[in-house]
Amino acid sequence: MKDFRLWGLKKSPWVFHVAAASCNNCDIEILDVLTPRFDVERFGIVLVGSPRHADALLVTGVLNRKSLPRVLRVYEQTPKPCLVIGVGTCTCSKHMFSSSYNAVGPYDKYLPVDVYIPGCPPKPEAIILGVVKALSKL
Amino acid sequence: MSLPELIFSILIFPGFLFTAVIGLLLTWVDRKVTARVQMRVGPPWYQPFADFFKLLLKETMVPEGAAKTVFLLAPMLGVIAMPIVAVMLFYMNINPYASFVGDLIVILYLFALPPLGIIIGGSASKNPLSAVGASREMTQYFSYELPFLAAILVPIIKTGSVKIGDIVLYQELHRSVLYSLSGVIATITALICIQAKLGYVPFDIPEAEQEIMAGPLLEYSGASLAMFRLTRAMMLFLLPLFVITLFWGGFANLWAIPKFILIIVLIILAKNTNPRLRIDQALKFFWLGLGIFAIIGLILAVLRL
Repeated sequence: MKDFRLWGLKKSPWVFHVAAASCNNCDIEILDVLTPRFDVERFGIVLVGSPRHADALLVTGVLNRKSLPRVLRVYEQTPKPCLVIGVGTCTCSKHMFSSSYNAVGPYDKYLPVDVYIPGCPPKPEAIILGVVKALSKL
Repeated sequence: MSLPELIFSILIFPGFLFTAVIGLLLTWVDRKVTARVQMRVGPPWYQPFADFFKLLLKETMVPEGAAKTVFLLAPMLGVIAMPIVAVMLFYMNINPYASFVGDLIVILYLFALPPLGIIIGGSASKNPLSAVGASREMTQYFSYELPFLAAILVPIIKTGSVKIGDIVLYQELHRSVLYSLSGVIATITALICIQAKLGYVPFDIPEAEQEIMAGPLLEYSGASLAMFRLTRAMMLFLLPLFVITLFWGGFANLWAIPKFILIIVLIILAKNTNPRLRIDQALKFFWLGLGIFAIIGLILAVLRL
């Protein structure tokens, strides 16, 4: 039964896109991944409109005091098991806002992040590789 | 029919298991053809099964303040109704003499249960977007049901019976309802209404992803979402069969397979080449456009054309 569940999760990870105050470049790259050119539906990856349907959260942007409670709330609303994938350098660190009073640091202080995908913004190929790495961790 | 036979036919063939497997395979056909239309490769054949089992084994959440029992039971309405429709359709086609008076009406009401489940579930989930979706689903249901019933009246007038068995027998003895002017009009009407019943693109207004996210299904997760998707998959299998039964000579012969494939491909291509209507446009289209079209068909049927 556990193998079966794992198989289902690996073969159909539905992603929900959490844009937590990013500059939109990572968001555009994520949309790029979902276009026919890269065709991630081959691997069963589908973008869904509600965190309740999601298996993986793609989070983007520097985490700040305003967006932190929202991101946590979206994470709590996602049925478990769910992966958290940080897209972009902003998620790994505070990036260019390192001295800002408002930035509250990388995501894994607050959320169990599975994979970070560095890059500003990361290429679509890198995002796909990141998702594959997150899935092979399962 | 003895009791074990009945249980077998409802649970395995042609009931729940058979309908579910074929329906899920058909959703794969849908996704694959969509991918090919968009010049993509598309998902592998086991994709709908992976989606289904993943959802089934995931956590099911109930939103705070929702009516819990109703919220969890609403998805079951469609899943219970569809195997019964499958059993009735298959038995009436294989043995038309087993038909009882009014089975067509029973099937029509059973087909009304999946949208009812969506409306109840959407209203019970205490989310404004779900409520909007449920109200749209309700409006859309009332709009497409009128031309659909008018279309179904055509074979009833032609054969003078509300028994599916009689309609199938009549078509075997004479000719299919489709091969007449009123029959063509009724079949076109029924096919467009099927598109709306399935919630496919020109009429996916209740679930409009870009406007109200997933509409009534917004708060559903895990097993209950899987039930909704399974219902839709079963409907994708049963509604074309229903149209073939009523308008195109039943499906107790091999000719039914190319007919079935043709209808499925038409549905998928219509889905891929149309933009979404607004709810008021859909209502106008179904009542004024298609409704009048269907009533012309009815008049022609009365005139024996």
